[in-house]
Amino acid sequence: MINLNSMIHILLLLVVLPFASVLHAVEQPAKPPIRIGLTPVFLEYQATFVKDWRGYMENRLKRPVIFIQRGSYREIVDLLRERKLDFAWLCGYPYVRNKKHFRLVAVPLYQGEPLYRSYLIVPSSDKQTRSLADLRWKIFAFSDPDSNSGHLYTEYLLAKQEQSPSTFFSRTFFTWSHHKVVEAVASGLAQGGSVDGYVWDTLALSHPELTSQTRIVNKSPQFGHPPFVASTATPKQDITAMQQVLFRMMHDEEGSRLLNRLNLDGFVYGSDRLFDSIEEMARFVEKSKNDAPQRP
Amino acid sequence: MMRLKDLSLKYKVPLRVAVLVIVTAIVLTATLIYRGIDDLRNNLIDNAEKMGRVIANTLVEPMLHDDVWRSFEIINTPFRVSAQHTPDQEAGYILILNVSNNVYASTQPDRFPMLKNPAAIDPRYTELLKALPDFQSSLTAVFDPDKSDDLFLLIPIQSEQLRIGTLVMSYPKSPFTSRFYRLAKDAVLITLLVLIVLLPLSIYWGQKMAAPLLQLSDAMSNITPNLPESGEIMLEESNDEIGKLGKSFKSMIAELKEKENLQHQVIASDRLAAIGRLAAGIAHEINNPLGGMLNSISTYKRHGTQDPFAQKTFSILERGLTQIKETVAALLVEAKSRTRPFDQNDIEDICTLMHAGVRAKHVNFTRENDIIDTQALPSTLVRQVIINLLLNAIRETQEYGHVHLRVHRDRENFVIDVSNTGSYIPPEKVAYLFEPFTTLNDSGSGLGLWVIYQITQQMGGLITVQSEPDETRFIVQLPLQEDRRS
Repeated sequence: MINLNSMIHILLLLVVLPFASVLHAVEQPAKPPIRIGLTPVFLEYQATFVKDWRGYMENRLKRPVIFIQRGSYREIVDLLRERKLDFAWLCGYPYVRNKKHFRLVAVPLYQGEPLYRSYLIVPSSDKQTRSLADLRWKIFAFSDPDSNSGHLYTEYLLAKQEQSPSTFFSRTFFTWSHHKVVEAVASGLAQGGSVDGYVWDTLALSHPELTSQTRIVNKSPQFGHPPFVASTATPKQDITAMQQVLFRMMHDEEGSRLLNRLNLDGFVYGSDRLFDSIEEMARFVEKSKNDAPQRP
Repeated sequence: MMRLKDLSLKYKVPLRVAVLVIVTAIVLTATLIYRGIDDLRNNLIDNAEKMGRVIANTLVEPMLHDDVWRSFEIINTPFRVSAQHTPDQEAGYILILNVSNNVYASTQPDRFPMLKNPAAIDPRYTELLKALPDFQSSLTAVFDPDKSDDLFLLIPIQSEQLRIGTLVMSYPKSPFTSRFYRLAKDAVLITLLVLIVLLPLSIYWGQKMAAPLLQLSDAMSNITPNLPESGEIMLEESNDEIGKLGKSFKSMIAELKEKENLQHQVIASDRLAAIGRLAAGIAHEINNPLGGMLNSISTYKRHGTQDPFAQKTFSILERGLTQIKETVAALLVEAKSRTRPFDQNDIEDICTLMHAGVRAKHVNFTRENDIIDTQALPSTLVRQVIINLLLNAIRETQEYGHVHLRVHRDRENFVIDVSNTGSYIPPEKVAYLFEPFTTLNDSGSGLGLWVIYQITQQMGGLITVQSEPDETRFIVQLPLQEDRRS
């Protein structure tokens, strides 16, 4: 299933790209474009931002850059594994599951740390709910099955109580983006939802009227922020070049402006250890799934 | 109590115009409102069905994939747009029912939460679900419950001709009511405007129509006791029905007037004739013994004693009887005496006779004479008529007044026309003017006009009196006897 927005972006890119390619082809005819996959781990998912960021990267890398967006994390993960992408900005959960195939490039710095949380939100009209336990037999919204903050963490909490979303809630659904989890909860379609805390905070700055219709019930412990990863097939020098560009963003004016639009402080070199807690949770959930009796 | 029938046209016409305008406005408004609301409803159902079909088609894939969020986003799209533009307008809602007719998703999740039975939330759904088309049908059902504020469209969501859900679109009827009020308000305003323009106009028309009728009715109520003069009847001249009515009325009055005049004349001449007969009868009766008495006195004076006392007494008696005889003779005008025919010299004689009176009163006496030859009329009688007329005229005119005599002939008549300044005779006195002993002042004997009348009457003539404040005129027409003879 293809998101309409993504389609438009791709079409736009296809239209703009030839000109860009021709331009760069004159300068550096040998170099193929860098392909970067994007997922809704960040909020500025709009064409204007993507275009500006692409321009910024092309200037720094001296190479054409293509941003590729898809409706779900899985599609980006698959593209990266199939080497149809060079880089991707992913969630920590798919990264830990594909550590063998991916290489960590950079981790965003949010509020001075490469960390973020998962928020459990309910509609602001709901004054009773104090914890996840109060949402038993309710309708619950997840962002993406492969999201840590928008799925895994809640799944993990339930697994610890020997529950699963399908047994605990009366109905669950995926909105395929954190932003839309907030919308689903705000509209009352879902009575609860798991959302990326960084996305919710950023949304609270740009769309306070939307976030004000939701209430944060619980904030998770901190996890490693969704990282920038590369395929193992991506050439070393490309990875280094990309790292240089990302790390320097916070040091130049244009990069700072872009980071400001992302509500991030910058990109830093991240350690694999950041994602250990996610890996642990994933392992636990996997195990409990296998342990759980097969549903009739 | 005053009946509508009794109202004046001044009010009836504007009232009728107002009723006409209001009735027209009501009929037109009702038609337009009915049409407007019917069109609005048809348009709404038409557009809603088109939109619903698109939505239902788009929903097939997300529903098959059980993607609630996509389904919600799809049905919520129209509301997002309208909510941004007119946030306070009730836009209705859309509901997706799954195969078991429970809520799959709705644009009002608070009211219709997922998985709930809609009939448990809104009792109208019990009826509505019965109106659902059957499983294979792809037809849209329009459900318009009685006494409900909403209109429902049920569109099946089908995959491979099999229903996987139902799209329920609810539209509030409030736009119909607001449209109704808006149209009705406009109609009332326009009607009032039209009335404001038409009422003064119709009041004016009413007055214009009523005025000649009122004039006519006033004129009609004025015909008693005395018929008005034709100049006194003030009626508007026109050729319409009212104008014709006025004309007929005028001619009726003129005829009545003529008849009345004729009647007056007949009465006057009848009376004069009766008086004449009476006077003649009395005169004859008096004349016979009078002749005997006068003869006796004459015989006695000649042959009786010469007693001075008796002589004196008989003289007194004779003078008295002679006066009676003269008076009776004056009353008994005899036109039978045959004398010589009237000619120009007679006029000269008459003027000479008048000389003394004219001079005494300093009257400006003028004459006009068209007669040269002799006329076939007895001179004695004609002379008496002219003398009497001129004596009257000189007596009645003021000092330094003007008296005019004109003698002429028309085709069949000898005409004597005497006019003098002053001495106005009021119309009511004209009728009695020719009766004996009728005097307008104390100086006359009251027999002058009587004599003229008797002579004229016996000669088959006609007397006309025209009296105006500053001039009085007597015209005597005497038919020429030569015509009668031939």
